[in-house]
Amino acid sequence: MDLLAFIAERYNYWIFIVLMMMGLYIVIARTNLIKKLIGLNVFQTSVFIYYISIGKIAGGTAPIYVAGDMEARAHLAEGDAAEVLPGKSEIGAGAIQGESLHDGFGLAGNDLATLTGKASESDAVHSAPQGGANDIFAAPVLDVDAPAASAAGAFHAAADVIYSNPLPHVLILTAIVVGISTTAVGLALVVRIREAYGAIEEDELEAADNIAEFGRAIAAGQRG
Amino acid sequence: MISPGLAIVAAIAAPLVAVFAIWLLGARPNLREAATLAAGAILIALTIVVFMAVGEGARPGYRLLTIVGGMDLAFRAEPLGAMFALLAAMLWFVNSLYSIGYMRAGDEKNQTRFYMCFAIAIASAMGVAYAANLFTLFIFYEMLTVSTWPLVTHRGDDAARQGGRVYLGILMGTSIGLLLPAIVWVYSIAGTTDFTPGGILAAPLEDAGALPMILLGLFAFGTAKAALIPVHSWLPQAMVAPTPVSAFLHAVAVVKAGVFAVLKIAVYIFGVDFLNVTGAAAPYLWIAAVSILLASVIAMHKDNLKARLAWSTVSQLSYVTLGAMLATSMGALGGAMQIATHAAAKMTLFMCAGAIYVGAGKTLVSEIRGLGRRMPVTFILFFIGAVSIVGLPPMGGSWPKFLLMLGAADAGQLVIIGVLIVSSLLNVGYLLSIPVQAFYLEPAGEGEKPQGSGGKALDWRHLREAPILCVVPPAVTALMALLLFFFADPLFAYLAPILETR
Amino acid sequence: MTLLAQLPVIPVILPLIAAPLTILMPSAKLQGRIPWLWASAVSWATFAACATLLYSVATAGEISYHLGDWGPPIGIEYRIDLLNALVLTLVSGVAALVIPFSYASIRSEINQRQISLFYAALLICMVGLLGVTITGDAFNVFVFLEIASLSTYALVALGGRRDRRALTAAFNYLVMGTIGATFFVIGLGLLYQATGTLNMADLKIQLAGDDNRMVEAGFAFILVGMGLKAAMFPMHLWLPNAYAYAPSAVAAFIAATSTKVAVYVIIRFIYTVIGADFDFIGAAFGWLLAPLAIAGMFFASIVAVFQDDLKRMLAYSSVGQIGYMLLGISFATEQGLAASLVHLFNHGLMKGALFMAVACVVLRAGTQSHAGCAGLAFRMPWTTGAFVIAGASLIGAPLTVGFISKWQLLSAAFDSGRAWAGFLIVASSLLAVIYIGRVIELMLLRPAPAGGVREAPLSMLVPMWILIAANVYFGVNTELTVDLAERAAHALMGGGS
Repeated sequence: MDLLAFIAERYNYWIFIVLMMMGLYIVIARTNLIKKLIGLNVFQTSVFIYYISIGKIAGGTAPIYVAGDMEARAHLAEGDAAEVLPGKSEIGAGAIQGESLHDGFGLAGNDLATLTGKASESDAVHSAPQGGANDIFAAPVLDVDAPAASAAGAFHAAADVIYSNPLPHVLILTAIVVGISTTAVGLALVVRIREAYGAIEEDELEAADNIAEFGRAIAAGQRG
Repeated sequence: MISPGLAIVAAIAAPLVAVFAIWLLGARPNLREAATLAAGAILIALTIVVFMAVGEGARPGYRLLTIVGGMDLAFRAEPLGAMFALLAAMLWFVNSLYSIGYMRAGDEKNQTRFYMCFAIAIASAMGVAYAANLFTLFIFYEMLTVSTWPLVTHRGDDAARQGGRVYLGILMGTSIGLLLPAIVWVYSIAGTTDFTPGGILAAPLEDAGALPMILLGLFAFGTAKAALIPVHSWLPQAMVAPTPVSAFLHAVAVVKAGVFAVLKIAVYIFGVDFLNVTGAAAPYLWIAAVSILLASVIAMHKDNLKARLAWSTVSQLSYVTLGAMLATSMGALGGAMQIATHAAAKMTLFMCAGAIYVGAGKTLVSEIRGLGRRMPVTFILFFIGAVSIVGLPPMGGSWPKFLLMLGAADAGQLVIIGVLIVSSLLNVGYLLSIPVQAFYLEPAGEGEKPQGSGGKALDWRHLREAPILCVVPPAVTALMALLLFFFADPLFAYLAPILETR
Repeated sequence: MTLLAQLPVIPVILPLIAAPLTILMPSAKLQGRIPWLWASAVSWATFAACATLLYSVATAGEISYHLGDWGPPIGIEYRIDLLNALVLTLVSGVAALVIPFSYASIRSEINQRQISLFYAALLICMVGLLGVTITGDAFNVFVFLEIASLSTYALVALGGRRDRRALTAAFNYLVMGTIGATFFVIGLGLLYQATGTLNMADLKIQLAGDDNRMVEAGFAFILVGMGLKAAMFPMHLWLPNAYAYAPSAVAAFIAATSTKVAVYVIIRFIYTVIGADFDFIGAAFGWLLAPLAIAGMFFASIVAVFQDDLKRMLAYSSVGQIGYMLLGISFATEQGLAASLVHLFNHGLMKGALFMAVACVVLRAGTQSHAGCAGLAFRMPWTTGAFVIAGASLIGAPLTVGFISKWQLLSAAFDSGRAWAGFLIVASSLLAVIYIGRVIELMLLRPAPAGGVREAPLSMLVPMWILIAANVYFGVNTELTVDLAERAAHALMGGGS
């Protein structure tokens, strides 16, 4: 049961790992260059899913401010208001640190914990960092320094609105763009290879190179 | 009068300036050779200045620049280095005269390159002689290797290329693979690589077990120019070079730079006392002894005259290493004197070999039967050189053997005395037999093929002494070998301060 | 806001804006000189900016620049300390020499109408490498890395006109490079999950030296990903073909810079982001980095000995040289790290010069095989001279940068009690004697080739000899390299600069 629960709680990671391995396998095992690129794509996509899932928080809404939340937030942050303003903060300053920690632990794992009825006794989602995400590596959770953690807890108790973490999503948007560019360059290369060799199968390319260099197909001969 | 410190730098710079002059005058051979000789004369004057200053107890030095910690390009003259520098400078001048005669008689190609590389080599030898620390020594040691490579491969044929490959491979391989790590190791242990009277390793390596022995081994084999067996094989290979190269570089500058470095490291880095106490030198003492005997035996079997001399050099160089490894003061001084006496004697022999080649076109020992009748001067000079190598009075070569035997007795190594005696007998066999054959045996008859392989029939009508420039220089060096016998005591007194431990 | 205050962003912004403008320039007019001159000017300006940054960091301390005035850890920060200022100077300096150098070589090697595209791609590649180096934001590293990589794939593929194998080489590089970059992103994700921040300095504060499997896994992914990009043995398989078939000038540029930048990122993540106090980092040093570095040093050097293609030989040599840098890092001492940094800088100088010399050979002799070098000393004395000096530097001859590197590495090895490592270093540099010696012997000791082989044009010789001069200059005056590297290492190891 425990094992099943362990697996089920972390289904998003399993999807990520399975996709990643599939992608890598395709890249390695296929000899067709286009298929290799597709495999590469699958591999990259798995990482996108991983990033997206770590940004999601149980019951969290899209990260758009809800009416009324602003006031609570302003109230909470009044002491440190200055420090959330751009350009004025120092690394590691109290409020910012709390904020970033909160982002860090607002993980999908918590989401799963809630779903599977394993929510901790605490109301504040963010005071339950022992949830899945960290557990999957069966290691002690990072020490959150006490003031920061409690600040984060209080913060949400007051705000009462839970947002998903937008940052990973934004990051992965960039990564998606990079992925598309890579695929585009890769496909363009395949087109050029086909023009130059008349083939897009790796073993045929190798044979063609060997014929050009040694006058016979060494590698192909060995395989055959 | 130039100050001794400046004279050191000038001694290194003068040949380098000559390189440019030679390059510029490449199209006009007479002026080009004049540049070489002028630089040689200046160099002798400069080294004498340093030599005298050191004799008065000064230790002139010059710090050129500091690269990083432990890497100072600095020079400091001490008796050993001052003697080596003076010796090299004088022999370079003599050899330049000889080169002119030899290269012109043989109508060799690329003479400008030849003289340029020669000048760089002598500058490097000066750097080795005056180096104030291991780092400077290493730089000039490498420069010497690289600058002599084009000389070894001068002919540019397959044999020369092969010889050059072995030459560069062994000399660079050992220096980068063994010498460089040894230097860095010493720096890491002692925090300095300066040559210091009494050594720098005694204190930090007081109870270091086998470490001194390992380090000494790295140095002994890392300076492959000292041609200790088994890193000797470059030397016979280098005989593909023209004879002046063999005469000067492979009897004086290059090989002596090697044994000089070994001696200097033993005296100024380890310290004779430290070597004596730890017994670190014992294994290398025996390797040197084996080198002496083995190389002598091989020399007996060589029919090619230059190869025989090369193997003789391997044997004689190990005398110096042996002296250093005896770890006694007499041993070290004997090694130091061997540097001087062997240089003069072996150079005489090589130049005679070259004169025989130029005059008679002969390279094999078996072909020179009776040649002494037509080339008496050459063979008399050869005889004088050979006597000095064997170590018989009244030649300079007798003193180092005597001192080495004393040193071996001090160290209680009676077997080593036996080795030295056997070696002398072997020398008689392979060296003195040559002038004897030349003078006493009947020459091969007209048109008769001489015994031995590959020889051409002698053409007696055209056989005569080599050009004057090929005969006078060996006469000068032979005279030096003779004088060293009579001036051994001042030289001994001059060198003695190297053993002071301040 | 004075312009000087905006200086840190110049190395990235300037070529980034200049690159698209390059595309607009005509390749056909004036034999493609317009994009060449433009790119040269941009690279010089960038180099000037980087050198100024180095000077200002060396004298006035670290610079923190907040993009868009959004402060860290929310905004993206460019953080310039001695370490990356040194790498920035190397990258932009090599670019400032390779771009002027490339003109004659490129014109003969790629399609005439692609010249402006080529310079655009080269500038973008430079942006990427500079961006990776300058940024203080971990995710930003990935973005710039991919900018650099994508343009490199295109640049390598441009060699397809001379040899179609460039295309397959570029494709393999693309696959491997993308896998590496994706591994890097996974690692970043894990670190982000553990800390909730992406700012490098903040990451270290948040991690606070607490061990955690997530951090370990993240480090492993980052090390493997960057190891791929740095061609760490045995993940170097993409490199020899990519260098061998890329246009010669491209090979000179990427050989001198791109793997060095990847090594820089490894150093940066170990020391600035994660912190070397973790046990697992120590384990990675001892059990992973050191053995792989040594294996790479020997394997790659031995393979290099048996190559008969100049560029492939140099490429394998690069893999071996990366081994020296990783070995220095794995000592985990300040001296070892400083030695690695010195070698990182110096190797850029010597490999750049060697590839430049090969580019000259390719241009004039029309071949990059060893056989094509025979007797070149008589026809191309300056090129041969450059190859000999740079080769001597690679071997570690005294008074060249190579010797400084070797000396530093050796004394780091002996000082940290690793005498064995010292001997392995010299043993593998003996292999360099063999593979470089082979070429030099061919060049010097063979008869001059028949036909009209002549010396390379001045536009190539001058930049090449500037780099050679740098090889000698930094081999004698080590104030810039060794002192700065030691200070940088001291700062990274927590001593403060």
